[in-house]
Amino acid sequence: MTTLELNAVKKSFKDDEVLSGLSLSADEGETVVIFGPSGTGKTVLLRLISGIYDPDDGDIRMDGTSMIGIAPEQRGVGMAFQNFALYPHMEASENIASPLHARGGTPAQIAEKVRDIASLLKIDHVLGHRPKELSNGQKQRTALARALVAGPKILLLDDPLRNVDAKLRFEMRLELPRLLREFQSTTLYVTQDYKEAMALGDRIAVLLNGGFAQVATPEDIYRDPVNIEVAKLFGDPTINLIPSSIVSESGHIHIDLAGSRVALSADYGHAAGREIYAGIRPEAIGVSQTPIEDALQVELIAVTPLNERVVMLLHLADGTEFFASSPEDGAADSREHGPAFASINPATLLIFDRESGQRIQPHTP
Amino acid sequence: MNHTSTAERMLRGILLTLVLLFFLFPIFWIFLMSFQTNEDILRIPPSPFFTPTLENYIALISGKLSTVAGDLDIAFMRNLWNSVLLSSLSVGVALILGVPAAYAFARFKFRLGENIAFTLLSFRFAPPLLVLLPLSLYFSELGLSDTYLGLVWVYQLIALPLILWIVRGYFEDISPDIENAYRIDGHSWAKTFRKIAIPLARPGIAAASLLAFIFCWNNFVFALVLASADKQPVTVGALAFVTASGIQYGQVASAIVLSVTPTLLLALYAQRYLVEGLSLGAVKG
Repeated sequence: MTTLELNAVKKSFKDDEVLSGLSLSADEGETVVIFGPSGTGKTVLLRLISGIYDPDDGDIRMDGTSMIGIAPEQRGVGMAFQNFALYPHMEASENIASPLHARGGTPAQIAEKVRDIASLLKIDHVLGHRPKELSNGQKQRTALARALVAGPKILLLDDPLRNVDAKLRFEMRLELPRLLREFQSTTLYVTQDYKEAMALGDRIAVLLNGGFAQVATPEDIYRDPVNIEVAKLFGDPTINLIPSSIVSESGHIHIDLAGSRVALSADYGHAAGREIYAGIRPEAIGVSQTPIEDALQVELIAVTPLNERVVMLLHLADGTEFFASSPEDGAADSREHGPAFASINPATLLIFDRESGQRIQPHTP
Repeated sequence: MNHTSTAERMLRGILLTLVLLFFLFPIFWIFLMSFQTNEDILRIPPSPFFTPTLENYIALISGKLSTVAGDLDIAFMRNLWNSVLLSSLSVGVALILGVPAAYAFARFKFRLGENIAFTLLSFRFAPPLLVLLPLSLYFSELGLSDTYLGLVWVYQLIALPLILWIVRGYFEDISPDIENAYRIDGHSWAKTFRKIAIPLARPGIAAASLLAFIFCWNNFVFALVLASADKQPVTVGALAFVTASGIQYGQVASAIVLSVTPTLLLALYAQRYLVEGLSLGAVKG
């Protein structure tokens, strides 16, 4: 069931159009991550949904009811702000109890609910503290508790892990999905960390240039991006984009990478002759210093460890740089500067039109 | 962390003492004068040794001033009461009008908003004498001269801009997200103003009220022109000590001591609000 629906929502500030007619619908209990680089209007979108701003045009519906002109206090959403926005003159427990006070209930019921959510979020020992006496992690959990405590149908989380340290961010990334499932709220989660987006989202909505470039599951976004911009946002190191063109020769389709051919499926036949970027994920490239059949001849320039993987900087015959990464397998030490062979699985190749940046899909007959 | 040597600390102590002496000496001298007779005060050379007398205070409190030229009635206690009444009423009215206005100027952009705010501020730099003449004509026409209402109204020229501008700054310092969060929690706009904006701006409101109170208390010229004896505050009432038989320095001094005391007590009381931190770490550092 659709609980939240955005319909051609527009918002400008002065002459600056931030959101130019975007639409989205989210089902009950679903977590949709709003992902995009900073300044694309992610926070503005949450503020439109919570009622802090009104859209210039378009409709926002919750459970089928239009929210245009409805005051924030009547929408019944829960929201956690990036800067926490705790009430400095109230203790943590009063901060958390605030949505409950607005909804009514006996003091005993309210106190019980506050205790429950506090122990769930492991902040029960600091309930008597004012915000200034809390660590950043505790502040963030208090803000989260305040957003969740009344069990809102719609939960808006504005980059809640932005201002906490790496360890806590990782902990919360593991903890949040369980928490969100428990509360059954439809959640919009704003972030600009692609790993967070992939870990938390049932679906990811990529916000670019005032609209959603793509709304899909994390796997689909990663494997099947609609254009170069989306492809570049996910992955570390980012996707390799090598200029090339699609060549059709006696029924065989291939692309030309600095003189080496990479065969493509015949399904790309319709795009023969087009100028393209070949998008190759670093982890889809196998590198070896012993010759492999059908591999590109490359030059290995440098090897850098990155977490559990190694990243290799390679040069094509014409000097085009690209990256490959592979799991740390102990072989890294033996790899040294010099000629190497890179094998690319054609099925993982992403082909983008060079002019428009749009993905060119294979046509299956 | 303490890198100051003993010599430096001593030097600092001496300098502080000198500054304190310089500023507090006149007040201390007036305090001494208030316990002296006119003869002791006018003795040449002056001496800090004298027989203390409560005569000045008794004269002020009983309202009977005995001079060589005969007994005079003075309304000092009434003036003191007028000062308290006028200053508190003025600050009260200015708070009721000024705090919501300050909030509006801080949070909402509206047409002519800045102009209105600046016009209100400009009342502070207009010379009072310039407005007094037309004002006194209007006041006698409207039947407002020599009424508390009229004086409180004119005192808004002093109190309102002060409160408006100081409190506005404090409202602007509160992150709007704190108020947004409270509304999203389900509280009405009015409740957000009452429970979030006002408590967080409280140090500013306290500071502005105190300043406004002192400015109203010290005002002389408005009351001099617009009020007659029974509505006049102490500042104007002190003129009564310039008598036919000379200036009554002793009574002037004790009148000063009595009229400074309420503002001093108020300042001491309000101090804890003044130093209270504003943001209290609500938003990330």
